[in-house]
This record gives sequence, C-alpha cells and structure tokens, in this order.
Amino acid sequence: MNLLPYTIYFSFAGAVLSLVAGMRSAATARAVALLTTVACWGLTLYAACGFTPSSEMLTLVDVLWIPQLGIRYHLAADGISLTLVVLTGLAATAGVLFSWNIEERTGEFFAFYLALIGSVYGVFLSADAFLFFTFYEIAIVPKYFLIANWGSTSREYGAMKLALYSFAGSALVLAGLLWIYASGPAEGFGLGQLAQAAVTMGHREQLAIFALIFTGFAVLAGMFPFHTWAPTGHVAAPTGASMLLAGVVMKLGAYGCLRVAMPLIPAGLDFWQPVIAWLAVAGIIYAGLVALVQDNFKFVIGYSSVSHMGFVLLGLAAANPLAVAGAVLQMFSHGVIAGLLFAVVGRMVYERTHTRQLEVLRKMPLHRLMPFTAVVFVLAGLASMGMPGFSGFPAELTILIGTWQVSKVWALAAAVGVLIAAAFTLRVIQVSFFGQANSAALPSTPDHPLAPVTWPERTGAILLLAATLLIGLKPDLLHNWIGPSLQSPLMQAIWSGGAP
Amino acid sequence: MSYSYSLLARALLPEMMLVAGALLALTYDLILGRRHTLGERRSAALWIGATALVAALYDSVSIGVLGPVYGHTLRLDQLALATRVGVLGLALLTLGVAAGVKATRHPAEYVAIILFATTGFTLMAAAQHLLVAFVALELASLSLYVLAGFDKDRRESAEAALKYFLFGGMATAFLLFGFSLIYGATGELDLTRIALVLGHNKMTLLLALALVMVLVAFGFKAAAAPFHLWAPDAYEGAPTPSAALIASASKLAGFTLFLRLLWPGLGALAGDISTAGNTGGWLTLVALLAGASLLLGNLAALAQSNIRRLLAYSAIAHTGAMLLGVIAAQIAGAGPLFYYVATYGVATAGAFGVIAVLETNGGGQKITDLAGLSRRSPLLAGCLAVFILSLAGIPPLAGFFGKFAVFAAALKVGGVAGPAGWLTMLAIALSAVALYYYLVVLKQALVAAPAPANSGRIRVPAAAAFTLVVAAALIVVLGLFPSLLLNFFELRPV
Repeated sequence: MNLLPYTIYFSFAGAVLSLVAGMRSAATARAVALLTTVACWGLTLYAACGFTPSSEMLTLVDVLWIPQLGIRYHLAADGISLTLVVLTGLAATAGVLFSWNIEERTGEFFAFYLALIGSVYGVFLSADAFLFFTFYEIAIVPKYFLIANWGSTSREYGAMKLALYSFAGSALVLAGLLWIYASGPAEGFGLGQLAQAAVTMGHREQLAIFALIFTGFAVLAGMFPFHTWAPTGHVAAPTGASMLLAGVVMKLGAYGCLRVAMPLIPAGLDFWQPVIAWLAVAGIIYAGLVALVQDNFKFVIGYSSVSHMGFVLLGLAAANPLAVAGAVLQMFSHGVIAGLLFAVVGRMVYERTHTRQLEVLRKMPLHRLMPFTAVVFVLAGLASMGMPGFSGFPAELTILIGTWQVSKVWALAAAVGVLIAAAFTLRVIQVSFFGQANSAALPSTPDHPLAPVTWPERTGAILLLAATLLIGLKPDLLHNWIGPSLQSPLMQAIWSGGAP
Repeated sequence: MSYSYSLLARALLPEMMLVAGALLALTYDLILGRRHTLGERRSAALWIGATALVAALYDSVSIGVLGPVYGHTLRLDQLALATRVGVLGLALLTLGVAAGVKATRHPAEYVAIILFATTGFTLMAAAQHLLVAFVALELASLSLYVLAGFDKDRRESAEAALKYFLFGGMATAFLLFGFSLIYGATGELDLTRIALVLGHNKMTLLLALALVMVLVAFGFKAAAAPFHLWAPDAYEGAPTPSAALIASASKLAGFTLFLRLLWPGLGALAGDISTAGNTGGWLTLVALLAGASLLLGNLAALAQSNIRRLLAYSAIAHTGAMLLGVIAAQIAGAGPLFYYVATYGVATAGAFGVIAVLETNGGGQKITDLAGLSRRSPLLAGCLAVFILSLAGIPPLAGFFGKFAVFAAALKVGGVAGPAGWLTMLAIALSAVALYYYLVVLKQALVAAPAPANSGRIRVPAAAAFTLVVAAALIVVLGLFPSLLLNFFELRPV
C-alpha cells in the first residue's frame, strides 16, 4: 500500500525519461513508456493484493507542505481510490500498447501521456483539497497537447474546447473551495477540515458552494448539458489519448464529485439531488439517441461514453451506499469498456481502413477482413450494452436498484437508456462490421490489403477484455473494496443528508 | 530615532555597489573599449554589470533586516529585503536576456543604465519618506525611458520611449501633486508620522484629492486600466531586455513602494470595502482599478496577434490581480502579493528572453512567428511553455500558487458577498478566459509546424540559455515549494 505514491513519481519520471529517450530513438521512448505504465500498474496490483478493506482512509504520505495556508501533502487511499488506480494502471498500459504506432515525435507523445497518467494517479490518491486540485489542473495541459499534436479530425478545435471546458470547470471548483476556506474557520485544505468548516456556514451559502464545486467536477464527468466537449475531444484525440480521456479522465470528474463535492457539503446534495438526477437521466437518454443517428464511427463511441457516464452521475445523485457503490463500479467498468471501444475504432479499424464513416465501412466486409477485431468489438459491444457476464451488467444493475430505492421514475427512465444503449451498440456493430453480411456476392474490398493485427494490439485488447470479464463474473472483487469505504466518517455525512 | 551615518552607509551598500558597477562599466568601455569589437565590449559590460548585481545581492542579504534607518527615511524590513533581492535577481535575468540579443551600439551605457534603474528599484524597496520615494521612483523611471528608446535604429523604439515618457511624466506630475497635498494636509513627509497624524483625522476633501492623484499616478506606473495605454506600445517597441525590465523588476519595486505608501502610510484612509456601500477610501479606488484591469487586460489580450502586445495585455490583467493582492494585504500581509509579483516578474522576463533569442534569429513579433519552436529549439520551447503556463496559472508552476494565495486572502476581506469577493470571483472566471490566449501562443510553439522560410535550428547563446533555464527552474521550484518565499513574511496585516 505504501508504495502507491510511487505511481505518481514513476509516471512523472517516466515522462521526463521518454522525452529524453525520444530524442535518440522512438523505440526507446516506447519501451520507457511501456515499462513505466506496467511498473505503475504492477504497484497498484501489489497494493491491491495487500489491501484489507476498511472504512478508514489509509494515509500513505502526510507532511506539511505550505504551512502558511495549512496545506498538507497528504496522500491516502481507500477502496474507492484503489479501484480507480487499478483502472488507471490498466488503461494506461493498454493505451501505450495501442499507441505503439505513433512515429511522429514519439518521445514527446509519451512524455505528455505519462504526465497525464501521473496527475491522474495524483488526483485519485489526494486527501487534501489543494493537492487534489493541483493534480486535477496539471492534467489539463497534457490533454491539450496530446490532442492538438497527434489528433485527427478538427484536432485544434477539439483540443481547445476540451481544455477550456476543463479549465472553466476547475475554476468553478477553485471558487467553491476558496469560498469555504475563506468564510469558514478552516485551518487548512484537508477534506475533513473543509467539511467541518462548511457545516458552520449558512444553508444558502452551502447550496451555492455545492453547485459550484459539483458543476465544476461534473463538467469533466460529461454531465448534460456540459458534455459537448467530450464527443469532439474524444473524436479528435489520438487513440491512446481518447482511451485515457474516456477511460480515466472523465472519471476524475466523477471522482471529484464523490470525494470532494458530496462529503464536503452533504446538505447541498440533498437539495440539488433531483436536478442532478434529472440531468443525469437526460444525459443518458439524449446522448444515447444522438449516438443512434451518428454516421461517424468514433462519434457513436464518444456519445456512448457520455451516456454511460450519465449512469455514474445518476448513481452518485441517488446518494445511497448501493447506488454509489454501483457508480464506482461503473467508473471502473466504463473505463475498461470505453478504452476497448476507442481502441477498436481508432487504432484497429481507422488506421487500416482510413475512414470512420459508417456509410463507407458498411460496404466493406470487415468481419472477414479482420476477424480478431470483429470479435473484440462484438464482445466490447456486448459489455457496453450491459450483458450479464461483463462488468457493465453488475455496475448498471446496482445503480438501477439503488436508484429505484430513491425514485422509481429515475430508475425507469434510466432503464430506457439501457435499451437505447443496446440499440445504438447493435446498430453500430451491424453497420460497421457486418454491413455486407447479406450480400456477400459484392464485397467492395479496400484498394489496399489491411495490415494484420500486431502483438501490442492483441495484448491490449485481451487485457481489457479479461478485465471486463473478470469483474463481470466476480463483481465482489471490487464490491468488497468499495463497500466498507462508503462507511467512512466523511461518507456517512452523505447518507444522512447533511443532518448531523 | 537615530541619524547614524554609518548605519545609513551600511544600509545603502547595495546601491553603492550598483553605482560603482555602472561607473566601472562606463570607464572600462571608455578606456579599453576602442580596442575591442562590439561583441567583446558587450560581454565585458555584461560581466561587470552581473558582478555588481551579485555583489549588491550579497550585500543586501548580509545586511539583512535593519529596521528604520536614518530616522524614518528608509526602512529595511522583511519586505524591503525581499524586494531588494527580487529586483536584483530580476535585473540579473534582464542582463541574461540582453546576452541573447544583437548588441546595441553602446553596450556599456545600456548596462550602466540598467544598473541605475536597479538602484532606483532597490531604493524604492526601502523608501519610507515621500521625497526619497519620489526620487527613487524618478531615478528608476528616467532610466527606463532611456532604456525603452535605446535602439536608435528602430523607429518603434523611439515611439515606445516617447509614449512611455509622456505618460510617465504626466504620472509623475500627478504623484508629486498628490504628495504635496498629503504634505499640506499632514505637515509630514515620512510615512510613520503621516500615519500618526492621519490616525486622528477624518477624510477631508483635500486628502481625497491627494489619494486620487496618488492612485492615478500608481495606475499609470503599474499599467492598470484605464491608465494602461502606454504599455502595449512600450512593450512592442522597446528593446527586448528593456521590456523585460519594465515588466518585471519595475513592477515589483513599484508594488512594494505603493504597498508601503498605502497601508502603513495612508492606512487610516483605506476605507472599508468588506461590504458594498461603505464609506469610501482608497480601497474603493484600488478595487475599481483592479476590476477594470482584469476585464480589459484579459479581453483585449484575446484579440492580439503580436506576442509582445499580448504579453502587455496579459501584464495589465495581472496588474488587476496584483491590485487585488494590495487589497488582500489588509488580511494576509505583503507575502501573497510579493510572491505573486516576484514570480510574475520571473515568468514575464523569461518569456521576453525567449522572444529576444527568437527575434535575433530572424523571427518577427507575430505569434505565428513562434511556429515550430519545439522543433527549432526544444530548449526555448520548453522554457517558453513553463513561463506561459505559469502566467496562465497552471499548477505546479509558481503562477498558480501566486493566484491561489492572493485569491484566498482577498476572499477573507469581507467574504464572497463583499466587493473584494466579487473581484476574486471575477478574477477566477477570467483566468479561464486567459487560458485561451496563452494556449494560442503555446499552440504555435509546440504544435504548429515551422514556416518553410524559417525552419532552421536556433542556436541559443550559452548565457541566454543558462538564464532561461535558471528562470524556468525558479518558476518550478517556487511553485512546488512556495514556502521558500512565504517564510520571509508573517501572515498578518501590514
């Protein structure tokens, strides 16, 4: 457990190393990146093996950092953060494998990539609001450059939109945190300290602060109507970056809502609950419907991400331990599945066919040209739809059951979203891979032979598929970590709705 | 109260070093300069200048905190010490920037005038007496006007100097008029006694007029909206090292001087802005200047296509945040403001350093001239990224913590509901706007491909490279460990 902070340090050190190595050769930079991500993932798994679930945050490092403002360098972990760092390790490793073909400025690519990963680890392990915020903002810059430099379709627009949305969101968070710090009797920025300070504030003030912080984080979680950065950003991003964006960066937002906004001001959650829940439901259904009519393969996946993140937000809004546990499970599950989907679309299909237009793909018998890819995509699609046996099923089911206990209407509306998800996923599987299944007589093969699937792609795909299957078959692995963590003193405040 | 000359001599040791260095640079050039090429003369002058600055730096630190010197003429407290160290360091940075540009025709004079300006800054840091403050400010300003117009081969440089001089001269007139009114109303010239006299009196029309005059002058000198008009032209036309000095050290010294003048001196007239609709005082004026600067600087910067003008408008925006720091000094003391201005100075001077190297390598002033910098010189691109991201306030760079500390303190002045709270919220909101124009710069430097006409690798002179790396390292280290600076200050009202 105590080795977990090294995931942060290794990642940043790896970023510097791969920048240096990239000046010599691209292959070394790649090797450095893979080694770094695997080492970090190994650390998270090692920590997971020695983890005994408890309701306490396990402090990893705690030193006074900026005494003048009472800011501490405080890293801590519980079951929730452990779930998410394991996800980060997995997604980062898979992302490197699917970025194996980056030839242009490889060192810089992996430098930005690893810097992003390092800050993501930092966010998931922070127990001091200032530290949390610091890592949260560090993540913005690499995202911008990853997309602007190595992206495709309208990359500069997508990158700028994503950076500005994220930064505007974090500005809201900053305003909220400073508001608590300045008005309350807080001695520092520890989450517990801020929570105590927030309780002493007026009710209306609390509501306003909650709105600021929650909205700020929810922007990054892709909450309707602030989700528009997500599809454009994901589509513009290079494959590895879009896997990370959808896989872990959107989780940063959701994690911020859960770790910072909700425990700090439970009274605010109590008040805003219906608004958040309805926005979440709206996001699920709206993004699903939009995904249903896209003619760009990657946009379908982009909108499906927004739709699935809606479930996370709905689970959080329901504010009971069951639904929130489901939300955390969904974060993990969606991280894996979205990574897989983006990998198939961006790397395995686009890099070979050079098109993302479903109309064009429909005319290619892709299921025969790339059978491995087709199998992976079908399995990933099934997982995304929430088929039993894959991780999406226990996650969304838990969320729906938890939400049902609060409001049957929300649960029913979200269940419609599940149907829509099945519809757009089936449609895109059908159109992209099996478009010519019926008229096999007229296959319009692409004018060049498709490159075979490489070993990094195979490994990455199998890793991600294995993870979603494992959690789908044995969700208790994660439930046992998450459950006790939801009984920590800070989280208790959420369940009691702010009443002491 | 003592009027000891030996103490005074000790306290002014850094200034003496600077003046001696300036004279030495001039003499050396006069006697031995003829035998050498322009490049050699310049490096000699730069070395002499750097040595003088380092000597002054050493003296300032070894003198340390002396308290009041020569009656209450000077005051060598923590703020004075920190500011002295800060301006000397920033002047060193400026010399490093000067090492990266084409040599001007009179290198020794250039270095000497930089040293004279720095003498003015170090005096401003400690001035506790209206006349000393005025003389120090004028020494610095007159030197800066000359520095702005030093490049006699370019019309823009002359234009910049003239504009800067006319606006600055006007500001000086306002300042002197304000000072004379203060003297008339209180009968005192040193800040401690002015504060004593004002403590018993209420705000009068005369004092109100004096405050307006002083703050107008302050607005001019600090380039706060609506008195900012000179800044974009001066930044655009002045030789790059001069622009760096104007943007960094002069700002730091200016803010220290006015912080001292406003809080310990005129603190009784501050008024109260913790809630709206309170009795007026200079805080209201400062708040207005801050709001106007934040809005105008950030919004006007969006439309710039010239990198120097963009930096100028960003400077105006930052001035707004610094003015917020002046307000916040009421609660948190000088620490957050000093941290903000000092790290801002390093970042801006560094950015000008990068521009300087770029312009000597055939680049223009357009933002698009930065295109492909990361491929032409990874070092320059990396340093520029650090400076610009620090200006944008991205952690873990120093610019972020500066903003954070100032905002946290400002919010404590009357909470969110008060005018200081609104200003803080405005500043936070506008920082998201600011990210756009900073990213536009970085997009050219790190993303865009180099223009075919201008795609050769850039050779960075060793001195300039060293300076830039040190500046970037300072930004990172101070950002990671802000306590290194904050420990100098006590977290209490000035």
